[in-house]
Amino acid sequence: MGADNKIRELVIISGKGGTGKTSVTASFAVLAAGRAVLADCDVDAADLHLVFTPRMIETIPFKSGHEAVIQREVCSGCGLCATLCRFGAVTCLSDKRYQVDPVACEGCGVCVRFCPTGAIEFLERLCGEWMVSKTRCGLMVHAKLGVAAENSGKLVSMVRREARRIAGMKGLPLIITDGPPGIGCPVIASMTGASKVLVVTEPTVSGEHDLLRVLTLARHFEIPTAVCVNKWDINPEMTERIEAKARAVDVQIAGRIRYDPAVTTAQIQAKAVVEIDAPSAEDMRDVWKNLKQGEDE
Amino acid sequence: MIIAIASGKGGTGKTTIALNLARVRGCDVRLLDCDVEEPNAHLFLKGILCGEPEIVTLPIPEIDESLCDGCGACSSFCAYKALAVLAKRVLVFPEMCHGCGGCMRVCPKGAIREIPKRIGVVETLHAGTITLIQGRLDVGVAMAPPLIRAVKAKIPSTGDAILDAPPGTSCPVIATLRETDYVVLVTEPTPFGLNDLKLAVAVVRELQIPFGVVVNRAGSGDERVQAYCREEGIHLLAEIPDDRRVAEAYSRGELAVEALPEFIKIFQHLWDTVKEDANGC
Repeated sequence: MGADNKIRELVIISGKGGTGKTSVTASFAVLAAGRAVLADCDVDAADLHLVFTPRMIETIPFKSGHEAVIQREVCSGCGLCATLCRFGAVTCLSDKRYQVDPVACEGCGVCVRFCPTGAIEFLERLCGEWMVSKTRCGLMVHAKLGVAAENSGKLVSMVRREARRIAGMKGLPLIITDGPPGIGCPVIASMTGASKVLVVTEPTVSGEHDLLRVLTLARHFEIPTAVCVNKWDINPEMTERIEAKARAVDVQIAGRIRYDPAVTTAQIQAKAVVEIDAPSAEDMRDVWKNLKQGEDE
Repeated sequence: MIIAIASGKGGTGKTTIALNLARVRGCDVRLLDCDVEEPNAHLFLKGILCGEPEIVTLPIPEIDESLCDGCGACSSFCAYKALAVLAKRVLVFPEMCHGCGGCMRVCPKGAIREIPKRIGVVETLHAGTITLIQGRLDVGVAMAPPLIRAVKAKIPSTGDAILDAPPGTSCPVIATLRETDYVVLVTEPTPFGLNDLKLAVAVVRELQIPFGVVVNRAGSGDERVQAYCREEGIHLLAEIPDDRRVAEAYSRGELAVEALPEFIKIFQHLWDTVKEDANGC
């Protein structure tokens, strides 16, 4: 690892989707003023590139896992593959004709191994691609998962590894990572080993519910965590309640961001919120400052 | 009829649309919350839990060390790196395991058996005409699709079911959308909403499921989503006006059709349009 240990990585997640992760990430990228590498780990539905209109300098295909394909001319139609498959991916089309649904196949290889006539091929799967791009805020690593493809967790890990490599090479101290919603595989892949997680939530019953689950996850991986409530004035009481619950589990409160239609205006202009004259830009600057202060303590 | 409510982008209003549709339906309807990572529908229904939560498990390997000679057949077979051999001992990493059963079958010594590993629960709640079935993934578990399949196993053979899908476009979404009759894609009129809608459209087209689009918070952004739908010949099912009062009601756990009666008509019309569109396919 060596010098790599000095690189900090801030991962922005949310639990619930659509709370404003990407808008906050984009503003942080601007505020980092060229000192950070950006990583868009929401590989399912990546949006950060819409703010930064990146110029791609490298595109690398992402191959991961395999898929089973039955060769009709060799298949005896015994149906063992359909019996053994735990994912319901093998279907019987008609009398003794079997087919693997590539969307349902999880690439375990059981059918391939146990087919008595060796009729099943195991082909490498192209699951998407990842890119390194130049943006006005520095280099960005991002990705595109193939349509109905799997292994988004692995693709997330690839994006993070590349961002770390670039930060090391360029001597940059920080990686800012835009994470996916939820608490499953891609989220776990986004946060393990990060220096800090910022959870952007909203003052709603869903925001609160999902925040508590994601905080448990962060604690499970022992990652220092901060919370910021976006659109806090939609429900000030709920904001108080959420912050109290976060404090109770020793989570830093990084600040509040007001409800601001200008966030959408910024998006339409392909700008970060702090790049336009928006009331909430001031709030985002405060959150950024608080996070940095939290780091220094 | 099985109708899934999905979107590429998170927070566009999937759960809102699913709940309000289920509420205006008028007669018994099943709502299945397939967003097992973050199930939210129950927060708005205050339903009564019916019976004990059903524990969902995944079969994972257990090694009988008295039979295992550390040959490594299991670990070299495993596509998910859930097994490793170290100094002739097999280590199992349950969180990596997909439960395919391959290791057990390839072990020449018969040293592997499967034990159930808990991944989450499926709960059934009653709230008036709505029966809510929700999956809840245990925190720290990576694999959502097996739990989603357990939720979908509760779809009745007759009648209507509404599925609230997770955000995104990968495995959990595919597991939810497979074998549904119609998909309602919810988006918002912003560049992020449009970008993620296009990704979601590619997925439902790949799965060959008929679909239509609902623009939520219409008026808060621009008109590019509507223009895209026109160009692509995609049925625009409804535009739900942007209204801060809806956001405030939502924040308190109230449904739009309950807090703001003028929304009843919008959702009734949406339900009729979806039914008509789905039947016409």
